[in-house]
Amino acid sequence: MLLLVKYTLLYAMVLMLVALGGMFSERSGIINIALEGIMVIGGLCGVIMIMIMPAGASNFQIVLYSCLAAAGSGAIYAALLAFASINLKADQTIGGTALNLLATAIAMVVAKRVNGVQGSKLSYSNEAFLGNIGPVSVSVFLYIGLVLLLISFIVLYKTRFGLRLRACGEHPQAADSVGVNVYRMRWWGVLISGALGGLGGLAYIVPPVQTWNFEVGVSGMGFLALAVMIFGQWHPLRIFLAAMFFSVFRTLANISDSTFLSVLQWPKEIYSMMPFVASIVILSFTSKKSRAPKAEGIPYDKGAR
Amino acid sequence: MLEVKNPVTKEKRLKDRGMRDALSTIGASLVCVIIGLVLGFIVLLVLAYLTLSGDGMPNTFGRAIKTAYNSGFKQILLGGFFMSPLGVGREISLATPLIMCGLSVGCAFKTGLFNIGAAGQYTLGAFGGILFATIFRMPWYVCLLAATVFGAAWGAIPGILKALLNINEVISSIMTNWIGLYAVNTIMYGGGASAMYDPNKTKTWQLREAFPSSIIPDFGMGKMFMNRSTTIAIFFAILAAILIYILIFKTNFGFELRACGSNRNAAKYAGINEKKSIILSMVIAGALAGFGGGLYYLSGVAEWNPMDSAALPAMGFNGIAVALLAASHPLGIIFSAFLIAHINTGGGFMNATVFPPEIASIISGVIVYFCAFALLFKNGLASLGAKKKAETIAAVAADSGEASVPPGAQTQIAPDADEKEA
Repeated sequence: MLLLVKYTLLYAMVLMLVALGGMFSERSGIINIALEGIMVIGGLCGVIMIMIMPAGASNFQIVLYSCLAAAGSGAIYAALLAFASINLKADQTIGGTALNLLATAIAMVVAKRVNGVQGSKLSYSNEAFLGNIGPVSVSVFLYIGLVLLLISFIVLYKTRFGLRLRACGEHPQAADSVGVNVYRMRWWGVLISGALGGLGGLAYIVPPVQTWNFEVGVSGMGFLALAVMIFGQWHPLRIFLAAMFFSVFRTLANISDSTFLSVLQWPKEIYSMMPFVASIVILSFTSKKSRAPKAEGIPYDKGAR
Repeated sequence: MLEVKNPVTKEKRLKDRGMRDALSTIGASLVCVIIGLVLGFIVLLVLAYLTLSGDGMPNTFGRAIKTAYNSGFKQILLGGFFMSPLGVGREISLATPLIMCGLSVGCAFKTGLFNIGAAGQYTLGAFGGILFATIFRMPWYVCLLAATVFGAAWGAIPGILKALLNINEVISSIMTNWIGLYAVNTIMYGGGASAMYDPNKTKTWQLREAFPSSIIPDFGMGKMFMNRSTTIAIFFAILAAILIYILIFKTNFGFELRACGSNRNAAKYAGINEKKSIILSMVIAGALAGFGGGLYYLSGVAEWNPMDSAALPAMGFNGIAVALLAASHPLGIIFSAFLIAHINTGGGFMNATVFPPEIASIISGVIVYFCAFALLFKNGLASLGAKKKAETIAAVAADSGEASVPPGAQTQIAPDADEKEA
């Protein structure tokens, strides 16, 4: 049971961070399907940062610098999407798919280079990230995630920036007519999304294990976060609840063989499949009243009428 | 003079414009490929430099360029020809499923759908083929049919969800991809006891040894390329491309599909059943990808590894690159599939101690990225071409005097030039 709580909290934070990232991007009007790839790049850079930290570094330093590396690299990688889809008005879905393809390939090449030997497994120490609340071991990402959730909510609904961002996703022409720079707001949306996505990648990879094989990327977690975002109706607090819900399913796959579920003798894949099945079922029920940002996916053209 | 309606000239003009359009599309694709290759070379160069910079010898940069070219870039450029005929055979057997996945993605593009689910449909196709080969012990053509049906069924799901519930096909096919992968792996492995699974090799049975009747015949191609897995599958793929070309461009049904792709509402207004078109287009796309999965595994190129549940087959995603490069034109897909297969085969021949074969994936990823805004290059190239043509004609006209200009010429240039300005 403790395991269930531990992993549920862990994966809920990952899904929430990445889904919040997707929310910022889509609220500004850019579909960010590249979250999966951004997670891979963020995780990769964060892990490398942990590996190259000097031995004397304190836990706080390790966490701070690796998180900065993950978020920064995620934002830089997302800039590729922003440039293509905002400035060059490219198809956002295709651009995102390209970044997903690229991310795994880049991660493999870099991991093999860092490793020296011909494998894409990186080993690192995750002690700095772990702690306890009572009997439950939690990672530092629980706190980071909750703080960022709060900040996301405030930024999106209580600031001028958030209002403008949302306006660009709903009706960019109207936003432009009152002097909002739509291109700049969309750039901010995608960059924030990249930072949160990169951080989510680190949060997914580091706490549970000490070795990660980058051949597998983040095995669909970024796509699951997209479903969480849709299920959460592009709203931070609902995204949090949706993330908790999905993460229970995701957790079952991890702990199926070590808990009471083992008597069922179901293969792990059944549990891995569950969140994806759940999201299709949920999408079919909620699609009619979906409240997606109206202008998402449509490149903004100043001259368009 | 503008009143002169000359049907021949008009037809010629349209044909001319179509030709120029096609040429500029090809040009844009070539630009994407060249950018991909250049970036690939830069990656090779960086890796070579990092490897060589530690040994303390002078002129690291010069040697890095040499290494990057000799043990990396040359292989990518030569592709399968680097190790002919074996490599060529390998390239052909890789191009086969790529053509099918490219057709799958391209066919859906024509209906305005982005079939990111080709990977899952391909997985199901492979499953259907292997299932009928190992459990029902059917001959290869029945297995291929099964692969097609399985793929089609998997493609139908996002199609139905899109048509009836208006769920974005990208999201639902991403989900069906993973569901398909997990389901197929669970059934194929079956806790290690499945009849499809060879516990000694920890993969599915090697069809060539265990079930030879399920292997697609090669009519001597295997011997020719010294590569057992080069079969007549490639001809099926090319045939499929031609059939899809006819279906999309020469039939009423294909016209309806394209109409839905260009403007769903207009198509609906014109009396086209757009829901039916969406579902059928996804079914066809699924069938094509499934057929590709069948062709690959029933040629015995590789065995399925059901223990690997972490990543979807790359074939489906490379299919996106193939379709984009060809601007979804079924006949163009044949060539772009060979190009991607060429790069990937070459990537396998690189000196793996210095250059990981994933560099080939980086190149195709870069190509897809640039294809996303290929329209930009395309319009640039087209306006460049139009300007040049107008200039030449104007120059000729000026040289030979107004009188010798054929009556149609002036009307022929003017509208085109105007359009480019607009």
